[in-house]
Amino acid sequence: MSDIANPPRFTFRFERWAPALLLGFALLAYVGIAVGTGQTQYLTFDNLISILGRSIALGITAVGQTFAILVSSIDLSVASLISATAVLASVVMNGNPAMIAPAVGAVLALGLVVGLINGVLIARLEINPLIATLGMSLIIQGCLSAFVSNFVGQVPVEFQVFAYGTMGSVPFSLVFLLALAAAAWFVLRFMRFGSDIYSVGGNKDAARVAGIKTSRVIIGAHVVCSLCASIAGLYLASRLRSGAPWIGSDGVYDLESIAVVVIGGTVLAGGRGGIWGTMAGVMIFSLIDSIFNLAGVDAFAKQVLRGIIIVAAVAFYTVRSKRLAA
Amino acid sequence: MTDNTLPQADRQKRQLPQVNPVYFVLAALIVAIILQNPAFVEPTGYMNFLKRAAPLAILAAGQVYVIVSGGFDLSVGSVITLVVVGSSMLLNNDPNATWWVIAVMFGIGIGVGLINGLVVCYLKVPSLIATLGMMITLNGVAFMWSGGAPRGYLADSFRFFGRYNFTDLPVIRILPVAVIVLLVLGYALYWLMHRTNLGRMIHAIGDNPRAANLAGVPINRVRIIAFIVSSLSAVAAGIMLGGFAGVSTDVGIGYELQAITAAVLGGALLLGGRGSVPATIAGALTLSAIFTLLNFLGLPQPVRQIVQGLILIAAVAIAVQRRKHTGR
Repeated sequence: MSDIANPPRFTFRFERWAPALLLGFALLAYVGIAVGTGQTQYLTFDNLISILGRSIALGITAVGQTFAILVSSIDLSVASLISATAVLASVVMNGNPAMIAPAVGAVLALGLVVGLINGVLIARLEINPLIATLGMSLIIQGCLSAFVSNFVGQVPVEFQVFAYGTMGSVPFSLVFLLALAAAAWFVLRFMRFGSDIYSVGGNKDAARVAGIKTSRVIIGAHVVCSLCASIAGLYLASRLRSGAPWIGSDGVYDLESIAVVVIGGTVLAGGRGGIWGTMAGVMIFSLIDSIFNLAGVDAFAKQVLRGIIIVAAVAFYTVRSKRLAA
Repeated sequence: MTDNTLPQADRQKRQLPQVNPVYFVLAALIVAIILQNPAFVEPTGYMNFLKRAAPLAILAAGQVYVIVSGGFDLSVGSVITLVVVGSSMLLNNDPNATWWVIAVMFGIGIGVGLINGLVVCYLKVPSLIATLGMMITLNGVAFMWSGGAPRGYLADSFRFFGRYNFTDLPVIRILPVAVIVLLVLGYALYWLMHRTNLGRMIHAIGDNPRAANLAGVPINRVRIIAFIVSSLSAVAAGIMLGGFAGVSTDVGIGYELQAITAAVLGGALLLGGRGSVPATIAGALTLSAIFTLLNFLGLPQPVRQIVQGLILIAAVAIAVQRRKHTGR
């Protein structure tokens, strides 16, 4: 180890600081545009909180997606799982506060099952993760639309606290997201499962030879990913006060969560990255939206710029890489 | 190596699994459709089927170039949308404009493929993200161009490729232009992939990029060409779809995934190195045949989704198991 001769705190590791740099750019752009257009009333702490509050569901999903991508897998089934769990939660609750606990249990059980199936398809049957989770997504969405075609059920007021409750001026859901991120960080940083995830994502064969049960790690990562998506479904049900079969696909949570994770510096090939980068990615995404709103960009141009920004942000990391991009 | 010791027996064994199973599946499905609906054996029956399947088949045949080279192209669906919306704006109800509008569309296709390829090769952005960004951007462009509500009407001369049928022919009686386009473009894509050096280089890059590089393959140039072929095939599919679908901003939605599904059904290996144009076209026909069959059985749209998902997973699972057994 050359650490002694060259202490790590004096070296600048680009990959480590890139998400913070991108976030800094986004913040600067936001402040710049707010000042430039004379809308300084938006530069308050409360407004910052409300900007973050808009992407709670994306944040929760992205925490799970980080696990899947770290083991060099990917999960495209999160969007339809979000719809399915939101509908399930609102149908089971149906306005009855006594049914909150069974509904949450049912939703988490559904997430667990979907995650297990995804994991087994990918780890044991060795199906390409993109295909396995895409097929899973079609199956979930098909089953869902076979039974439901509109808003169904109702979420009791007690459960709406999840989305609308506040602690002081901070929404409860934002605190929850930060706690979830902290828990995920703890798992990845300090627990065996976390280090196994990095090993498997970095080099699956080497991890297996080193005695790690790689299939279990992959299945575990997918269970975490699906559980997070289920929680995002619960949050959306609470926020919309009911569930509908299109809320997941409308939010494009599958592709957006992947984009956020990658913008946060987690490598699609797996093994490198982390939760705080993903959180920075989520903030960058919500800041971009706010910047567009401040600047008064029209809805379609917004979409065009968004596509370009996603690619540019990812290129910010990858352009230095010497490997071939897949 | 070991092949030299047992040349005869070995070859015998190896020739059995040579025929791609997708052809058997397709044949079985066609038999099932005929049993459900005997009118399918009439030329109007199968010609209409081929006509409807042609855009997806061409799209998938282009997609397989990118898949074999080791990437994905998620932007093809939005290229279709852009072509349909953009042509209706440019045509502006003037039938004489058809030819230059088509030329402009192919120009756009080359541009989109070039940008995809350059971003993947030189900015090193994974193709999944690069083409996803392109998809979002192009959908936005289609919205901006049409102001959100596409107007206008595609002139009949433009719709010729997707819609027109030659009638009163001997034996087959009717021959849709779409089927001729499918045969011509399908053969061209087959020839380019399986009979030229370019095709061999695409396979080599997908199989092992480093080895291909050491062997002197100009990796970046070949990959960019693969993306351009994919985008051009999407333009062709868009022009044909414009012939029988209306002008709207959601014509292309879902086509990228159907094209990938078709390629996978045809035995293409995701992440590269293996795939065939004819088998991919057969895969696209298989997918369309499944949808046709579900229609005849009177099953609703959600069931279609479930079946597509199950088929996708099953096809890849079977391919993986086969590869484990044969070692290839």
